[in-house]
Amino acid sequence: MPESNSLTKQHLHISMRLNGEPREVSFASYKTLLEVLREDCDLPGTKHGCELGECGACAVLLDGEPVLSCLIIGAECDGREVVTVEGLAKDGKLHPLQETFADCGAAQCGYCTPGFLVTAKALLDRCPNPSREQIKESLSGNLCRCTGYQQIFEAVEASIARIAACRVSGNSEVV
Amino acid sequence: MMRLPHFTYRAPKSVAEAASMLASGPGEAMLIAGGTDVLPNMKRRQQTPKTLIGLRNISELQTLTNGDGLCIGAGVTLTALVRDARVRIHYPGLWQAVAQIATPHLRNMGTLGGNICLDTRCNYYDQNYEWRKAIDFCMKKDGQTCWVATSSPKCLAVSSTDSAPALLALDARVRLVSAGGAREVAIADLYQNDGINYLTRRPDEILTTVVLPDPKGRKSCYWKLRRRGSFDFPVLGVAASARFEGDTVVNINIVLGAVASRPLLASKAAAALLGHRLTDENIATAAGIASDAAKPMDNTDFTLGWRKRVVREFVTLALRDLRGDDVRAERYRYALQSLEAVG
Ligand SMILES: Cc1cc2nc3c(=O)[nH]c(=O)nc-3n(C[C@H](O)[C@H](O)[C@H](O)COP(=O)(O)OP(=O)(O)OC[C@H]3O[C@@H](n4cnc5c(N)ncnc54)[C@H](O)[C@@H]3O)c2cc1C
Ligand code: SF4
Ligand code: FES
Ligand code: FES
Repeated sequence: MPESNSLTKQHLHISMRLNGEPREVSFASYKTLLEVLREDCDLPGTKHGCELGECGACAVLLDGEPVLSCLIIGAECDGREVVTVEGLAKDGKLHPLQETFADCGAAQCGYCTPGFLVTAKALLDRCPNPSREQIKESLSGNLCRCTGYQQIFEAVEASIARIAACRVSGNSEVV
Repeated sequence: MMRLPHFTYRAPKSVAEAASMLASGPGEAMLIAGGTDVLPNMKRRQQTPKTLIGLRNISELQTLTNGDGLCIGAGVTLTALVRDARVRIHYPGLWQAVAQIATPHLRNMGTLGGNICLDTRCNYYDQNYEWRKAIDFCMKKDGQTCWVATSSPKCLAVSSTDSAPALLALDARVRLVSAGGAREVAIADLYQNDGINYLTRRPDEILTTVVLPDPKGRKSCYWKLRRRGSFDFPVLGVAASARFEGDTVVNINIVLGAVASRPLLASKAAAALLGHRLTDENIATAAGIASDAAKPMDNTDFTLGWRKRVVREFVTLALRDLRGDDVRAERYRYALQSLEAVG
């Protein structure tokens, strides 16, 4: 490489809302959001895959929308809201999507799972009763090498009813 | 791991401020909008700007307003465009192009301005630093020779933007602003057929707005060829638009994407249809002329001979689509994705 990052001493300091809590973090200025989360926030749930936008393993929610944390520079996250897979469970209780992913066999090696979970959460937040085609389309930016996708689509469908039931029983803090 | 090289980040709040920053560091600063093109390029050391000027905080670039037609700020995301009913109803060719770009995540991040200015692509260029070094760098970055055609005096990297062919077919114009002033040009004049200098935009200019004319009953469509129904850049894009009086074509554009270093206007094919009806025979003639104009190189996905043959098939489909044929089955077969579910 023509230049080395280890020569770079410059640090940035930003504040964001991370998984519902205000969070201050300082990091080397060239870092992507993925690197900031894993290396400076102690949140390794978000995965390193291709690092070039070609797999979806690094997906997180930025201001509620699924994005690829490997292609966002940390410098651009000041003042914004970030949700990672670690932010899905509340008070020790799994999010319904996490339960149905486990029940339906939608996670095998599990490497792609955090990206799928946050992406599916954003879909259900925006559209509580999506069709199979809409589920497929919104998850089309996440690759899975293990499951063949069927179980993932089924898990999202199974969670629709569970989330609706939580809403009716007033257990809304879970979803 | 692929780390980004070091850079300084600046976040102007207005176009004027961004333009003066760009003017003060000629050749060393780059604009970053969604970052989905520039950041992979920086990780692969194809682009190594000393300064990144972020456009995210400039609210004047985020607006979508009605003019004679529609004025789209360069910073509007691809997802915002797909969700806009005016785009879907009045400019279906642009809508279909944008709905087939990359993936939902990348459309949430990527902007129209970034898509229009997207770097040209080539199998010998879109590789990491070590790969390019191992075969010896090519002309587009750090080297002398073009590995696709070693005797070629110019780079033949491929224009791979999906929105540009659709915008050319719709006769869009673009506004460019620099510290010295502003100008508006037809989007066809923004491009030139050179893989390195593929834009006529000056390095100190910011693309601020895309101006779409009043559609006035103009029909439009976009047909994209790619290996998978997600992720992949176009291997071919065909955009077409037409106005009819009765059945007679009174105005028509056919534009080919991903077969040259710029979106290619198939003017002769269009001229052959002007004043005629879109009969099967006339469509076949025009598709033949258009496919003669396409000269793809062996530097993208799929084999070269097949890619050239498929131009005829795609132009035929686009023209049948404009004629009003039911092409839903063919649409699904090539898009490999259900466009109705995008949004
Ligand atoms: C895996 C993957 C798949 C992809 N698939 C497709 C695809 O199928 N089709 C497709 O068309 N694209 C595709 N892309 C490319 C890219 O995501 C889109 O083109 C996107 O629209 C780029 O917009 P951006 O805002 O992210 O651009 P950026 O990366 O921010 O910028 C791209 C270029 O434009 C310049 N620029 C940005 N804004 C302006 C402005 N206002 N004025 C002047 N210059 C500006 C930048 O300096 C840079 O050179 C893909 C990318 C990836 C990583
Ligand atoms: S077309 Fe030739 S010069 Fe251009 S990027 Fe490809 S190999 Fe390099
Ligand atoms: S790691 Fe970000 S898309 Fe693959
Ligand atoms: S479960 Fe292994 S990649 Fe999806």
